[in-house]
Amino acid sequence: MVRYLLIRLLRAFITITLVVTFAFIVLRVSGDPAISIMGDNASPEAMAAFRKEWGLDQSIFIQYFNYVTAIFQGDFGHSMRGGGPALDLVVSRIPATVMLTLPALLLKVAIGVPAGIYAALHHDKSLDRTVMVTAVAGYTVPSFVLGLLLVQIFALWMPLLPTGGTGELSHLILPVLTLGIGGAAILARFVRSAMLEVLGQPYIRTANAKGIPWGAVVRAHALPNAAIPTVTIIGFMVGSLIAGSVVTESVFSWPGVGNLLVVSVTARDLSVVQCILLLVAATMVLSNMFVDILYGILDPRLSNANSEGR
Amino acid sequence: MVMREPWANNLHPDTVSPFTIPAAMPPGPLLAIQDLTVAFDGVSVLRGIDLSLDRGEALGIVGESGSGKSVTWLAALGLLPSFAAVSGRVTLEGKDLLNAPAADLDRVRGGRVAMIFQDPSSALNPVIRIGRQVGEVLARHQGVSGGDIRAEATRLFELVGLPDARRRFDAYPHELSGGQNQRVMIAMALAGKPDVLVADEPTTALDATIQAQILALLTTIRTETGMALVLISHDLGLVAESCERVVVMYAGRVVETAPAQEIFSNPRHPYTQGLLAALPPFEGPLRRLVPIDGQVPDPSRLPPGCPFAPRCTKREPLCETAVPPLVQAGFGRLSACVAQTPSYVRPEKDRVLA
Amino acid sequence: MTSTILELRGISRSYAIRQGLLGRKVRFRAVDDVSLNVEEGRTLALVGESGSGKSTTGRVALGLEPPDDGTVRFRGAALPEIDSPAWRRIRTQMQMIFQDPLAALDRRLTILEQVREPLDIHDIGPTGEREAVALEMLNAVGLGTGHATNLPGQLSGGQRQRAVLARALVMRPALLVCDEPVSALDVSIQAQVVNLLMDIQDRMGLSLLFISHDLKVVRQISQRIAVMYLGRIVELGETQAVLSNPLHPYTKALVSAVPVPGRPTHARIVLEGEPPNPAARPSGCAFHPRCPLARSECASDIPQLTVRRDGGAVACHVVASGKVCA
Repeated sequence: MVRYLLIRLLRAFITITLVVTFAFIVLRVSGDPAISIMGDNASPEAMAAFRKEWGLDQSIFIQYFNYVTAIFQGDFGHSMRGGGPALDLVVSRIPATVMLTLPALLLKVAIGVPAGIYAALHHDKSLDRTVMVTAVAGYTVPSFVLGLLLVQIFALWMPLLPTGGTGELSHLILPVLTLGIGGAAILARFVRSAMLEVLGQPYIRTANAKGIPWGAVVRAHALPNAAIPTVTIIGFMVGSLIAGSVVTESVFSWPGVGNLLVVSVTARDLSVVQCILLLVAATMVLSNMFVDILYGILDPRLSNANSEGR
Repeated sequence: MVMREPWANNLHPDTVSPFTIPAAMPPGPLLAIQDLTVAFDGVSVLRGIDLSLDRGEALGIVGESGSGKSVTWLAALGLLPSFAAVSGRVTLEGKDLLNAPAADLDRVRGGRVAMIFQDPSSALNPVIRIGRQVGEVLARHQGVSGGDIRAEATRLFELVGLPDARRRFDAYPHELSGGQNQRVMIAMALAGKPDVLVADEPTTALDATIQAQILALLTTIRTETGMALVLISHDLGLVAESCERVVVMYAGRVVETAPAQEIFSNPRHPYTQGLLAALPPFEGPLRRLVPIDGQVPDPSRLPPGCPFAPRCTKREPLCETAVPPLVQAGFGRLSACVAQTPSYVRPEKDRVLA
Repeated sequence: MTSTILELRGISRSYAIRQGLLGRKVRFRAVDDVSLNVEEGRTLALVGESGSGKSTTGRVALGLEPPDDGTVRFRGAALPEIDSPAWRRIRTQMQMIFQDPLAALDRRLTILEQVREPLDIHDIGPTGEREAVALEMLNAVGLGTGHATNLPGQLSGGQRQRAVLARALVMRPALLVCDEPVSALDVSIQAQVVNLLMDIQDRMGLSLLFISHDLKVVRQISQRIAVMYLGRIVELGETQAVLSNPLHPYTKALVSAVPVPGRPTHARIVLEGEPPNPAARPSGCAFHPRCPLARSECASDIPQLTVRRDGGAVACHVVASGKVCA
């Protein structure tokens, strides 16, 4: 077990390192922060001073080395715009983002899972088709379109809700809907196909042949099996809690991590962007490990494969 | 959320039965199937099956793939998917099963008629402990509850010869071999104390020595409990030695029925004769096998007359146009072949229960 | 005296499997010290249950897998290194067919194209004549010209197995290894393919290594038989002799397990237990935990395959000591 955990941790570490390195390289070669932060009119001397201050005049290898060393010392750099520690800036935005993404996740699960199960149980009937057409519509519409559409309807035509901003509960509704509807649609389709697959298995026929009422067959025999693949996709959604709302936050000018990312990328505020990407990679990796552990609990074939043999 | 059985729509075929159900059946067959038909997407796969099963009888159903031997029993118990169109009559002690309400059918399934399947490892739920899977039947059909479930399930595991029965209650199917899983399936079937056990190719997926064990177990259980056994198999030899009476099916019909010994010593229907000639002998001198020419017809493109006619060596002009009915062909024997009934008319009233 | 076309001497082949998700790797011997001969123009049947190593033996015989130990000789010469040009030349003379013909065929190519393909790959015969050769072979296996342009999906199971057979035979191989070739077929179709194999063997002088669990088919098609249990041969001999008078207790049980129509009741030997996992091979004679005749020495010493006066060979301490009525 220890060996297994060590391997998993090592793999997680490698994944994060790869993401961070890739981001580092791409950001360094894609534009000069000095120009975007100091402005076109800054004097060459001022630019040079800025580059020297942030170490941008050194070779990319030395910059990378310094960056990694700093991370291991808990230093994630400073914002090139504001000057404050990048990590503090990013962390301060997390609550706002989670305030959107967590209710959205609950919405996705609350709508997507029952809708998928329902559709599967009414396979090829009009109910199934209705759910699926809705689902396809739900996830093919990009979230900025959906967001603007919701704003158009509920804020402009029927002025029930604010177009953007923060502070009150009413501000949450439209962005959460925007985030949740697409995810719910994806989840519904996924759960439906998982359920259909399970319902076609021989053990479902066995359960029917045992005289177990259909409702109990679905609950006790089908759902636990369909839960196994479903956990993967929900785990992926958990992984996007921190940074899964970039577009939506922009649409509703929500002061979360996603908004910070957009602003920082535009301004070439490298430390902040890197810090966010590191955080995103870490949450993704963590949620993946969480999924693996859940797998072990849900699927006995994985957890005790070595307990007896034959 | 409304959860309905997927096949519930088919429990009410639009044909109105011409029979009326008497309040108490005279001692007749335990289970009777009359004119059972099944179609998938408009393609007929079962075309009028008549069968009966007596109490305690061991009935073998033999046929090649596509003969409808499994579909017959899945349809009888309402286990086909919802897109299957089923019609006809299936009665257990006179009570109709095809039109029965879901709750009544659930009491029959697992309680009066149990079924086991070909691949035991996929027929058991992979995420539920085997003890609990057996316990479900005990709770539902025998009213066993609580700690008694563990005791009773363990007793059943011992009865079916599951090695290390005491420790197996908490095992998962993947921890057992195919043969052991089939024993679990049998224990699960016995848990409901059924009158009939339908075994659909129960040993096909198993190795020869394990096959012998499972067959011996089924025979022992049958003699000890007195339940009837329906053994569905493609293997004539296997059915011959485990059953008293054999039904041979071809292309969705019964073509011959006879006591087990007689069907092998003196087959009447050309298809049965062909099957026996195609089977390599295991005793006596070697001979060249006589295959049946051609292949089983596609159910969507059946010949107009006898479905076996295109492959039959004894074909007559009449065979190409008329479907021969199942008629008496000796004592306790039925056969559906023009050769046995030279002067037949197409008689709906001559229909007999196989 | 017939000559030997394929000779396996002391073949062993082991695999490493991981026990469970986290466990250590365990090596187990799928095939353990197997020696056998396939004679020119004759059929040797290799029988056993799952885990007996019969399929692995077949793959080693064709050089598809290297043995860890022992030698494979084809027509007197050791098999060349796998994937060497010499090996590829020899492989054209040794073909294999499997249980599932659909898996062996390419669903997108017509039957004719697939039967012709090996000729193109190995550049055999003039290009212009290859199609005719392929068509002739399709006729020989009873797939008329009408099926030549069909895709595998348009054929029945029996026809597909004929197509696979045609593709193997178009190379005019000397040796054909068949792994459960008729097990998935219905009885009436199975008889067609068995007859076809026997006819083609007569016509082409083909040698067959016939791997099967079906003793009825084996009795029909083979002259010699080798019975395997957990990687070792336990009995070897003329098929008729072995099946009518099996000596090894395992062979006896296998033979008695064959269901025979018209034989309603007979004393069947029902073995206790199940074949153990090959990775947990019992000591001594691997069969001893299930053997009704087992004695103390069976648990400690591996019985060697001992040749008997009638030419057959049995690996059993009890049979060797003569204390069993044979």
